[in-house]
Amino acid sequence: METIGDREEDIIEEFSFFDDWMDKYTHLISLGKELEQMIPENKTSENQIKGCQSQVWLNAELTENSILFQADSDAIITRGMIALLLRVVQGQTPEKIASYDFNFIEKIGLTTHLSPSRANGLVSMVKQIRLYGVAFQGKTK
Amino acid sequence: MKQLNLKHDFPILDQKINGKPLVYLDSAATTQKPQVVIDTIVEYYKSSNSNVHRGVHSLSERATDSFEAVRSALCQYINAAHEYEIIFTKGTTDSVNLVAHGFRSLLNPGDEIIVSELEHHSNLVPWQMLAQVSGAKLVFIPMLESGELDISILDSLLNSRTKIVAFNHISNALGTVNPVKKIISAAHAVGACVFVDGAQAFPHMAINVQELDVDFYAGSAHKMYGPSGIGLLYGKSEWLEKLPPYQGGGEMIAEVKLKESTYAGLPHKFEAGTPNIEGVIGWGAALKWLEGIGIENIKKHEDDLLIYARGLLSEIPDVIFYGSAKDRAAVISFGIKGSHPYDVGVLLDQMGIAVRTGHHCAQPIMTSFKIPGTVRISLAAYTSKDDIDMFIVALKKTILILN
Ligand SMILES: Cc1ncc(COP(=O)(O)O)c(C=O)c1O
Repeated sequence: METIGDREEDIIEEFSFFDDWMDKYTHLISLGKELEQMIPENKTSENQIKGCQSQVWLNAELTENSILFQADSDAIITRGMIALLLRVVQGQTPEKIASYDFNFIEKIGLTTHLSPSRANGLVSMVKQIRLYGVAFQGKTK
Repeated sequence: MKQLNLKHDFPILDQKINGKPLVYLDSAATTQKPQVVIDTIVEYYKSSNSNVHRGVHSLSERATDSFEAVRSALCQYINAAHEYEIIFTKGTTDSVNLVAHGFRSLLNPGDEIIVSELEHHSNLVPWQMLAQVSGAKLVFIPMLESGELDISILDSLLNSRTKIVAFNHISNALGTVNPVKKIISAAHAVGACVFVDGAQAFPHMAINVQELDVDFYAGSAHKMYGPSGIGLLYGKSEWLEKLPPYQGGGEMIAEVKLKESTYAGLPHKFEAGTPNIEGVIGWGAALKWLEGIGIENIKKHEDDLLIYARGLLSEIPDVIFYGSAKDRAAVISFGIKGSHPYDVGVLLDQMGIAVRTGHHCAQPIMTSFKIPGTVRISLAAYTSKDDIDMFIVALKKTILILN
C-alpha cells in the first residue's frame, strides 16, 4: 500500500501545477464537489464538529488494521480540504494516524484553512482524526 | 455623489492582502483607527502615563484630567444630564452584564424580561442568565421577515410584571434601525426599565439619551474609531443608584473595614480597579476626530454608499438579501444562492476583500431565516465608492468560481 509520504508527494505535485490562486481554489472546490457524500445515518450529532463558520462531520471505522474515515461539511471549500486530508490518512494504520502532522497542507499553501481563527471545524477535525488513531491502537483485528 | 474622502487618516487601510489592495468591509465588527487615535495613545505613554484618581503627583493629575475630560466629552456627546451617569466599562458586553447582574437582587420569580429576537448574543445571554438566577421569565419581541421588530404586538407583551425591556438600537446582523423611542415610551407606560444596546448606533448616528428618555444605553469605543477594551454604560442616576456594585475592588469604595465596606458614589461605584486609561484617552481622540467630520456627514456618506452597494448587488441574480427594513444603517447582509457564506468569504479574502460571514453572533436570527449565516458587508466613514466597486467585481468572480 502507498505510504502517507507517497500520498503527500502526489498531492504536492498535483498542486504544483497551479500558479495562481484561482486555479488552486477551482481545483479545491472540484475536490469538494467530488468528495463522496457521507451516508446520512453517520451524520449524527456525535459525529458533528461544530465550527462557528462551517460544520464538519467525521466518522471513523476500524477494519482489519486500518481506519476508514468518512467526512462531510456544509461548505464546499471545507469539503475540498476534507478531501485532501482524508486522501492521505484513508486506510492507514492507527499507529501512523495517531502521530500524523498533516504538514503537506503547508507545502501546498493552504495552511490558513487549518488556522483556529477560521473556525471552520477543520482544526478540531484534524485533532479528532489523530484521536481515532490513538483510540484504535491495539484494537486492531 | 459627493463623498467623504478619509482613507488617508487610516494607515492600516494602505496595505495589500493576498497581493491585492485591502478593501475593508467589516467595520461593524470593529472600525479601523485614525492616525490621531494611534498618536494619542503613544503620546499618553510617552508623556502622561500614571494611575488615575490616586496620586498627588503631577503626572497622576495629568492622567486623571485627560481621563475625566473624556467622560465629560462623552456626556456632552450623548447629552447625558450628568457626567457621573457615564460609567466606563470594557465595552457593550460588559455594560449589559453589569446591568443584568445588578438586577439579580431587584427581580423576583414571575417578573418578566422582554428581549427582542434581533439581538446580538451580548444582549441576550446575560438576560438569560439573569432569568435563570432570578426565576424571571424571558419574553420576546418577534422579528418579522423584513428584519424589523413586530412592535404591533408590543402592548400585548407588556404588563405590570415586565421589569426590563432590552433591545438594540441598530442590528449588527441586518442593519435594522429599531423604533427606539416608541418602544421606550411603551415600556415606561408599564414602569419597566429600558436597556438599549447602542453598539452599532454610536458610529452611525447622533445619540441623545435624554431625548430618547432611555434608562440604560451601552456602546463600545472600538466600533466608533476608538481602541478596543473600552466602552460605556450610560444610566439614569436613579437607576444607577438602585443597582448594587458589579465588581468589588479598589476605586469603587468609600471606606473599607475588614468585614465590610461602604461604596463610592457614581460613577466610581461601578469602576473597580485601574481602568483602561489609554483606552479612554484614545477614545477621546476618536470622538474628537468623529466630531470634526460630523456624524451627520458620516451618516449621509454611508447612506449614499449603502444605496449604491445595494443597487449593484441587486443586479447580481444569485444574491439573496436578508433584512429589508425601511430604516437601515451601514450593513448589508446577503447570501449567494446555492453557496455557503463561508465559501464566499474565503474567496473574497483571496481578492483582498474583508467581509464577515457566519451568524454574526446572532444565531436566533439565522435560525429564523433557516440559514447557517450570511455574508455581511458593513460600512464606515472611510469606506469609498471604489471599495464597493472592487467588492462587486470580486463577488462576481467568486460566484463564477463557485459555479
Ligand atoms: C449590536 C451589538 N451588540 C453588542 C456587541 C458587543 O460589543 P463588544 O464586543 O464590543 O462588547 C456588538 C459587537 O459586535 C454588537 O454589534
